[in-house]
Amino acid sequence: MPIDVLMPALSPTMESGTLAKWLKKEGDRIKAGDVIAEIETDKATMEVEAVDEGVLAKILIGDGTENVAVNTRIAIIAGEGEDAAAASSGAPAQAAAPAPAAVPVPAASVPAAPRSAAPSYDASGEIPAGTEMVKTTVREALRDAMAEEMRRDDSVFVMGEEVAEYQGAYKVTQGLLQEFGARRVIDTPITEHGFAGVGVGAALAGLRPVVEFMTFNFAMQAIDHIINSAAKTLYMSGGQLGCPIVFRGPNGAAARVAAQHSQDYAAWYSQIPGLKVIQPWSASDAKGLLKAAIRDPNPIVFLENEILYGQSFEVPKLDDFVLPIGKAKVVRTGRHVTLVSFGIGMTYAMKAADALAGEGIEAEVIDLRTIRPMDVATVVRSIQKTNRCVAIEEGWPQSGVTAEIGMRIMEEAFDYLDAPVARVTGKDVPMPYAANLEKLALPNVGEVVAAAKAVLYR
Amino acid sequence: MAPKAAQSASTAKVAGAAPAAKAMAAKAAANGSASSHGPKPFTREQDLLAYREMLMIRRFEEKAGQLYGMGLIGGFCHLYIGQEAVVVGMQMATQPGDQVITGYRDHGHMLACGMDAKGVMAELTGRRGGYSKGKGGSMHMFSIEKQFFGGHGIVGAQVSLGTGLAFANRYRDNGAVSLVYFGDGAANQGQVYESFNMAELWSLPAVYIIENNRYAMGTAVTRASAQTDFSKRGVSFNIPGEQVDGMDVQAVHEAGSRAIAFARAGKGPYILEMQTYRYRGHSMSDPAKYRTKDEVERMKNEHDPIEQVRGRLLGTHRVPEDEIKKIDAEVRVIVNESAEFATVDPEPDASELWTDIVR
Ligand SMILES: Cc1ncc(C[n+]2csc(CCOP(=O)(O)OP(=O)(O)O)c2C)c(N)n1
Ligand SMILES: [Mg+2]
Repeated sequence: MPIDVLMPALSPTMESGTLAKWLKKEGDRIKAGDVIAEIETDKATMEVEAVDEGVLAKILIGDGTENVAVNTRIAIIAGEGEDAAAASSGAPAQAAAPAPAAVPVPAASVPAAPRSAAPSYDASGEIPAGTEMVKTTVREALRDAMAEEMRRDDSVFVMGEEVAEYQGAYKVTQGLLQEFGARRVIDTPITEHGFAGVGVGAALAGLRPVVEFMTFNFAMQAIDHIINSAAKTLYMSGGQLGCPIVFRGPNGAAARVAAQHSQDYAAWYSQIPGLKVIQPWSASDAKGLLKAAIRDPNPIVFLENEILYGQSFEVPKLDDFVLPIGKAKVVRTGRHVTLVSFGIGMTYAMKAADALAGEGIEAEVIDLRTIRPMDVATVVRSIQKTNRCVAIEEGWPQSGVTAEIGMRIMEEAFDYLDAPVARVTGKDVPMPYAANLEKLALPNVGEVVAAAKAVLYR
Repeated sequence: MAPKAAQSASTAKVAGAAPAAKAMAAKAAANGSASSHGPKPFTREQDLLAYREMLMIRRFEEKAGQLYGMGLIGGFCHLYIGQEAVVVGMQMATQPGDQVITGYRDHGHMLACGMDAKGVMAELTGRRGGYSKGKGGSMHMFSIEKQFFGGHGIVGAQVSLGTGLAFANRYRDNGAVSLVYFGDGAANQGQVYESFNMAELWSLPAVYIIENNRYAMGTAVTRASAQTDFSKRGVSFNIPGEQVDGMDVQAVHEAGSRAIAFARAGKGPYILEMQTYRYRGHSMSDPAKYRTKDEVERMKNEHDPIEQVRGRLLGTHRVPEDEIKKIDAEVRVIVNESAEFATVDPEPDASELWTDIVR
């Protein structure tokens, strides 16, 4: 069967070009890979190679023809043993029908994002009544979570700088090397980009790495692997290849370490489809959510906070305390105003609620715990009751998590609002070193109280 | 993992002060041969296999170029034409269970791993029968079944990821080796050296295959690399390296076998610089003005990996021309069927927009 040679597109945007010159004549024998012609576009001159073999039976578009549309028949190749003359008597040159068989879906029918049908969440059943509670620091709770999961599953291992022999830069991995040995508790060189990639590769191969960043500030060197390699691979593989990995470590402002060491990355990672982002406040949430994160088949960014590490909370004494990812917790109930926060932002919210109570204002405080996926339903349920909301975070305001909270409330609870949503955030400046300036740059309880009063018009 | 004791560097190189003759022999060894007579010749069966596998890649890529020209394939499309001997020779040296990972010039690697031509071509055209349901495209395909881990669009990322695959092998002590392919351009990424360091420190079973095709897009190696002998790129980590004639599938196979055996034996990583050449532009829209026609023609006419094997089949092995033509025809059928499938298979259902984001 004679084979049509079509005017090729050289880039996704090319529509037509000039057939500059034929390098073969009618009657020439052609092998696959032979350059048969040169074409020109506004950008470049390119060669056309034959894909099939045979005899160049007929040239349909001559040298120097301009504006030849992509997919126009420009020549005919006769197959082995075919009659070139017969081939050349084929139909005259014509623009081929547009090639793709499938029709693009019109924009109007973009399928709606699957809305989580999940109802608002009630965290009160997470700890069975009568469970013994033990005062535990966030640091110990995180360590216990890792140790329990490592006992349960040999594919779980911990890697990072100073996690093994030094027992953790912030002592979160204390004792793990002693219990699990150097095969599973691995000191890495200072090489964030590299070890994040090694961790992701190991996860693609089915292991369950817990990659500790000494702090998330240094994970900027590794963010390509977190986003491009870990978060996107499931989608890019059509669901074939998952990446069960946890990236964890302290995030946000510590104390007096200035701009490069004091940044909250919650908003950055929470923008990425394919990631789950957790930022716990209490020790029990830290434990239950880290265990859940290690078992989760997706890549997870688990944001801790250095200042919270030493704080103690009641942690249930249970053999296997695992919390659901993506569920907020009403930490304090109230009927006048909803305060929403997460991570260390909760300390401002809780203190503000105390202060407001002194003035007869009952604040409901919600800890998001997970930033992505965000449990908006639980926030909305609260706003249906209080009709007012203040969102609090330590991160920067522009495109921040509180900006997202405000927008989601607009979309899902506008009719319930009696005042615009307010927010309290870190100031829009790099973190200063001087003690007084640092204090000014961070949110404070007074700002939260003032914002709550403002939405109450008091 | 416990750091391993320092070991001596290159197995393939001889001390600097060698006399001329010895230096020549060392050079020959570095070019992938055990002696100065070139690599051990392939048997008839090996040459037939190499011929079919390389031809499959070449014909597939030519067809992909054609479908691109017809507007059926979009975006970037990086063809492997000219480099076929590298992946085919390496793959002939692997065992089941060994993993492969590479960058975006990946169609050849997938075919050599045994992935189905239809699934690969349909991914190129963005159809539901593609390996990634049409959601990954030319640069992002995977097959757990064939132990092919992509298909990565970020230059150099596959080197750390591949080191992680090797880490998993070591962690599980499963005897598998991870083959990590990257270009001469990628070889200048920082994470490559971060990975080399960890791979040697932890004795990971990784073979790093640097496909030096002389250009990174339009930048010649000499304009981008202070050290253009890529086999030396592991020297400061004590990783042995060799330069290999990457146009000769026998040389690739021989060096690859040596490197894989080294890694499998628990001795740590190994670097192979494959000296190869891409005939086509960097991607479909590259007019390749940074090199002369002459240079390309010389490589095609004097070093073509497929012609070398074809010559041996007709000559040394006395395979009748008809038998070779039969292979050509079989390959063409497979490639044409893949193109046909990739043209008629429907695009993914619109609902696929929202699937496979998280598990
Ligand atoms: C991190 C990154 N930088 C730049 C690019 C754009 N880019 C894609 S391929 C390429 C050249 C790479 O050349 P080389 O590693 O030699 O591989 P080859 O294309 O020759 O196979 C560049 C710069 C990219 N994809 N990723
Ligand atoms: Mg290159």
